[in-house]
Amino acid sequence: MTGIESKQVVETVYQVLQSVTDPEIDSVSIRDLGMVEKVDVDGSKAIVSVLPTFTGCPALDIIQRDIVNAVIEVDGIEEVEVIFPSKPIWTTDRITDQGKEQLKQFGISPPPANHTPGEPWEIPCPYCGSVYTTMENLFGPTACRCILYCRSCKNPFEAMKPVANIGDE
Amino acid sequence: MAQDKALVELLYTLADDDFILAYRGSEWLGLAPHIEEDVAYSSINQDMMGHAAKYYHLLEELGEGDADELSHLRSPEKFRNAVLLEEKNGEGTYLEQPQYDWAFAVVRNYFYSIHKKFRMDSLRQSSYEPLSDTAKKVSIELQYHLMHWETWFKQLMTSTDEAKRRMTAAVERCWNEMGGVLSLGPMAEEMAEKGYIASEETMRTKWLDHMKKTFEQIGADFPGELGMTKGNGRQGEHTEDLTQALETLSEVYETNPKVAW
Repeated sequence: MTGIESKQVVETVYQVLQSVTDPEIDSVSIRDLGMVEKVDVDGSKAIVSVLPTFTGCPALDIIQRDIVNAVIEVDGIEEVEVIFPSKPIWTTDRITDQGKEQLKQFGISPPPANHTPGEPWEIPCPYCGSVYTTMENLFGPTACRCILYCRSCKNPFEAMKPVANIGDE
Repeated sequence: MAQDKALVELLYTLADDDFILAYRGSEWLGLAPHIEEDVAYSSINQDMMGHAAKYYHLLEELGEGDADELSHLRSPEKFRNAVLLEEKNGEGTYLEQPQYDWAFAVVRNYFYSIHKKFRMDSLRQSSYEPLSDTAKKVSIELQYHLMHWETWFKQLMTSTDEAKRRMTAAVERCWNEMGGVLSLGPMAEEMAEKGYIASEETMRTKWLDHMKKTFEQIGADFPGELGMTKGNGRQGEHTEDLTQALETLSEVYETNPKVAW
């Protein structure tokens, strides 16, 4: 395969990954969640580096399987390897604007753009946009989410926990 | 990389502490004081199980064997977790008449999480890079655990007389074994000399200083000397409770270790 062809294959793999979703938030692709760190193509082998959102995320095995099943369909690819590197660390600022929009449609308020770990943050309701909301539970149905209630439109909703690197004192 | 005993012992300590306490936490599922707590506590246990898995994988990379086997097929004396973290949640089992002690759960998790924070602060600077990378990730998730347990601890410690009585008993109980959690075992000095983690003394002081402030803030009497009465888990000394925990959590795995569960 020439350099140009190989570059095209990498591009196609990226496009295909757009169709792979987190099974626990199935309206958002893993690319828009900022989980895909890198795609390498070596001959007919594709190596996809994926960053886990939370260490104990039980969806990783399913995401790995779905990536393999999707990428193996790409012309010129005969083998797919998925790796989970321990750096860089996934942080919520990796989520794309489209990802944030899709999270809202799923009823999940996206994380704030800039957040200092440990500090409180303002969470607008994904349905009406009001910030007159209360935290019901810092933890939610999955490790990366928390549960809130909107006092304006009276809907319960979820939000992504902000995840940012912790600086040293 | 040549086997480094001090590094391996440290990784077992970190892995087994999270693994066993997460297991004890998982036994609370469906039994926590209210449904929101069930959601929160099980999320925390899931995170901690993830942290343990990460350390077992680091051990696997060092040639210690398959991560699943390390967690499921080792005998109790090979475990390096502190005794306090293996102790049962209370009388009964999660299947039959669980008379679990919520005060014990709150105090044990709060004390442990504070120590884990100081551990991670130190490990982010570890000379062993895979460990410092892991600590950076763990630190982020730990923030949420700390907020959770600190809220429970402070609220119950300043609540009704009944709550205070039960919390004080749990504090005393945990204090008598906390020395074991703060211990790094016989290889502590070498671990510090090689820059894997801060010295035992440094982390012990940080923990005690933090606790002094906390007890002052909530107006509770500061307990006396820390204890370690039931043995040092870092040397493989354990109670029957660990044997029971390992038998239960490995029951399914042991029926056929070759199957992916």
